[in-house]
Amino acid sequence: MAHNYYNSDDLKDFPHIGEFAQDQGKAFFDYYGSATAGGTLSEREKSLIALTVAHTEHCPYCIDAYTTRCLSLGITSDEMMEAVHVGASIVAGAVLAHSTQMRKIIRKVEMQP
Amino acid sequence: MVPFRSGSVETLQINVGRRCNLSCRHCHTGAGPKLRESMSRTLLDRCLAIAGTGSITTIDITGGAPEMNEHLEWFLDRAALLGKRLMVRSNLVILLEKEYGHLMDVFSRNRVELVVSLPHWKKEQCDRQRGEGSFDKIIAGLRLLNRRGWGEPGSGLVIDIAHNPVGAYLPGPQKALERGYRERLMADHAVRFNRLYCLTNCPTGRFRDYLTASDNYDEYLKNLELAFNPAAARGAMCRTTLSVGWDGRLYDCDFNQWLRLPVNHGAPDRIELFDEAKLQGREIVTGDHCYACTAGQGSSCTGAAV
Repeated sequence: MAHNYYNSDDLKDFPHIGEFAQDQGKAFFDYYGSATAGGTLSEREKSLIALTVAHTEHCPYCIDAYTTRCLSLGITSDEMMEAVHVGASIVAGAVLAHSTQMRKIIRKVEMQP
Repeated sequence: MVPFRSGSVETLQINVGRRCNLSCRHCHTGAGPKLRESMSRTLLDRCLAIAGTGSITTIDITGGAPEMNEHLEWFLDRAALLGKRLMVRSNLVILLEKEYGHLMDVFSRNRVELVVSLPHWKKEQCDRQRGEGSFDKIIAGLRLLNRRGWGEPGSGLVIDIAHNPVGAYLPGPQKALERGYRERLMADHAVRFNRLYCLTNCPTGRFRDYLTASDNYDEYLKNLELAFNPAAARGAMCRTTLSVGWDGRLYDCDFNQWLRLPVNHGAPDRIELFDEAKLQGREIVTGDHCYACTAGQGSSCTGAAV
């Protein structure tokens, strides 16, 4: 039997994540709502940030939700892909920045010429 | 809200014909250049008689391309005398054609509120929905109208933009989209307008064909249903609108026209039989497509309902 841990229909369960912990669920949604609403940054800017983070966090639900959210706000595919590259480059930079640890160890323990 | 009932008739929306110079992929009616159905002067005259009475405050002309009805100028010159809000839904592309260019003067002298379809501020997205080359023509039309004072605050010449999503998704918040349109149209094309109306694509006509062909129909309907908003339903346009078909048949909305679902439940279903008392409080004919108007912020011919 085919079985997937990730099911796109499960995105529709998101409003119910407060089940078994109503107070925390409500607190989360209040915070989520205010953090993602237009403020000093516009809804468009925040949606692009959310889409980028959705990719770097590898969350298929968030990618689904924020791709359509971005489309609904008139954000083009070019703009979305540019945002994803920002995320990708920051993640790549973070990986490469950690090579400092590796290079330090190499220089310390390996016999130098 | 069940049964779903209308209030008084405040808007008389007249579909003056199915003929159109464009064949847009999101069109809920399937209008196009090959169609010939057009409202007669006799029926238009009957609409005028009704529009001048009772609780009607708005006369809203749609199509097809309304400009392709040969009696439009005659009708607008008389409708304007009624002192009601007078609206025409135009694709603007047609006004660049020599045969129809004079209608700009007709709209202007009658203080018609123009509602112009422009699904995106980018050419690629617009052309994908409305046809190759449409964006450049709409922008040219908007600039022409701006030069004549349309969209200038205080000019009394109102030009609004109707936004439809370019695909199988719902429109975003109207205010956010209006901000985007205003910024981009001014910066990229020096174009100004008054208001933006967000319209959810209705899964009928040519848009339904697109949804089916792209395997999006079931998912789109499910998303509309999930986004049902009782507040949007309470403000749905059908509650205060009466829609007149090109042949004089009466409907609860323009979408029901395409689906051939005239007013029902004992209400008079032809313009010749118009009786405000019998139409007020009528039970509205509904179907799955109604979820398009009740999803999220709601959708009407004048944008978000909530």
